[in-house]
Amino acid sequence: MDAALLALVLSTLRLATPLCLAAMGELVAERAGVLNIGIEGMMLAGAYAAFVAALVSGSATVGCSAGAAAGVALACVFAFFVVERRADPIVCGAALNILALGITGTLSRRFEILSFETPRVPDLLPGLNLFLLGSLLLIPSVALVLYRTRLGLHLRACGERAEAAHVQGIRVRRVRWGATLFGGACAGLAGASLVLWISDVFVEGMTSGRGFIALALVLFGAYRVWRIAFGALLFGFASAFQFRLQASGFPLSHDLLLMLPYLLTLLVLAFSSGRGTAPADLARPFVARD
Amino acid sequence: MTRARLWLDPLLASLGALLLTAVVLGALGHHPGRALLALWQGAFGDQIALEATLLRAVPLLLIGLGTALSFRAGIWNIGGEGQLAVGALLATAFATRFLPDVSALVAVPVLLLAGALAGGLLGGLAAELRNRRSVSEVLSTLMLNFIGLHAVAWAVRGPLQEAARTYPQSDALADHARLALIPGLGRVHYGLLLALLLAPLVWALLFRSAAGLRLRAVGSNAAAARFAGISTERETRRVMWLAGALAGLAGAIEIVGVTGRLFQNLSPGYGFTAIAVALLARLHPLAVVASALFFAALASGGGAMQRVAGVPSVAVQMIEAFVILISAGFAVVARR
Repeated sequence: MDAALLALVLSTLRLATPLCLAAMGELVAERAGVLNIGIEGMMLAGAYAAFVAALVSGSATVGCSAGAAAGVALACVFAFFVVERRADPIVCGAALNILALGITGTLSRRFEILSFETPRVPDLLPGLNLFLLGSLLLIPSVALVLYRTRLGLHLRACGERAEAAHVQGIRVRRVRWGATLFGGACAGLAGASLVLWISDVFVEGMTSGRGFIALALVLFGAYRVWRIAFGALLFGFASAFQFRLQASGFPLSHDLLLMLPYLLTLLVLAFSSGRGTAPADLARPFVARD
Repeated sequence: MTRARLWLDPLLASLGALLLTAVVLGALGHHPGRALLALWQGAFGDQIALEATLLRAVPLLLIGLGTALSFRAGIWNIGGEGQLAVGALLATAFATRFLPDVSALVAVPVLLLAGALAGGLLGGLAAELRNRRSVSEVLSTLMLNFIGLHAVAWAVRGPLQEAARTYPQSDALADHARLALIPGLGRVHYGLLLALLLAPLVWALLFRSAAGLRLRAVGSNAAAARFAGISTERETRRVMWLAGALAGLAGAIEIVGVTGRLFQNLSPGYGFTAIAVALLARLHPLAVVASALFFAALASGGGAMQRVAGVPSVAVQMIEAFVILISAGFAVVARR
């Protein structure tokens, strides 16, 4: 294969991985009826925690765990307000994004890190990073659990007809808590992949809307696992292509090129056929009536 | 709900948020008392601090009003940041490229209208995407934020860059394109009066007009509103144009009143803070005035907190987030 083409493919896979991880987590949360627009913040918190933990411990494994844990911690706050207290998910999600920016900003300026010997998550084979392998395994696992297990059936029931699920004896709130925390862990790992693989430093606000793009991917993929994975690849390709254009001195302003992923998201949302397929009880609070 | 709780809840929310932030800062090894004192000094300590607070209240008030309106209509417009950016962009383009030598009485209103028009267009675009293509306004306004901010970045390195081509910023606006300053208030410009005037107007629109009734009807029960013959699409379009125009106006005012030129990071996140402003005010246009002042004080005090107590100014965003979360929690209790 042509070296440039190979580089483009590898770069596509690399940039698609965080989107895919975050979107899979969001899919699970949304199929359980929880709309979580806070994944942008969970990704950011995950990136910061992974960066610091990996540097301090010298281990990428510890870094990844810390990233996932930070995502779960924020997801706990979100689930407490949205699932438990039935607060508005959009308002709370927006608050979490601001909170993550504030906390990571405060921390990263409080404890300035001078050493940049970040441990990296290694490649298993050339071009096959463990993060990539992990998300390649995550896609079929999510599909399997959602469509082929009792747990997945229960989870989808909570998203489609929470009332009916409750009557069937499914603990709707517990399932929604679980799905939200899973989504938080995925977002945290996606953040970890940014600092332990794709780049090697933490920069304030470094997620730059990737969490929101993951949200859009769930819609674009019409809440279906494989379509979402395809969408992540498409966006990975768009970003990789944009970087190549920049590198090759394409006569279009750098700033306009940076705009492309967001324009593409808007276009894809406007012209995708995924509309009208949202889980029926998405973002509806559930109250058990006994 | 009792009348007392209308006042008590926001008060508790802001105090609780300050307290929580103090706890977090303490846990990080800062001195929370010193930080909060520096925050207060930086917001109200002297004339200069007070001016800074009043100046920051203007965009927060304007975007907060638009946010309150759109949330009342059940439209989750979180695009204030992008709408502000394109407002500032178009106003600068007009001021530095197309403005003939006319008096400030003509020039300034034209520039403010240009800003409002640009913001309104961006808001209107989100409304059309929702009405025609069922694109969630949450996602479209979020994406348009990034697009608007990158558009500014492009403009100040491209078509609008200063003649000297040294820095990524526009030329300075001519004197006749600048907003006049209020006598006795230092750097504070007449944009403050305009914003203060708009608050009761928005209140009257929301609570004393048929249009406001339709808007609130759509927000509280879209299906019932549709049954009563109200077009939810039309209300969406109107409220998004209006909210976008208010944010765009805020952007234009920043240019003609404060900075005098366009550059990147013109706004320290006013569009996002405005969400907290609107929610703390319980989406009430008159209360938005007080809540905009509160968050403006935090923003200008944040700088002093960094200088005096060594606490990074972004810590203020924690206070914002806690205010939103606590207010959202209260709203649920009130609904029961």
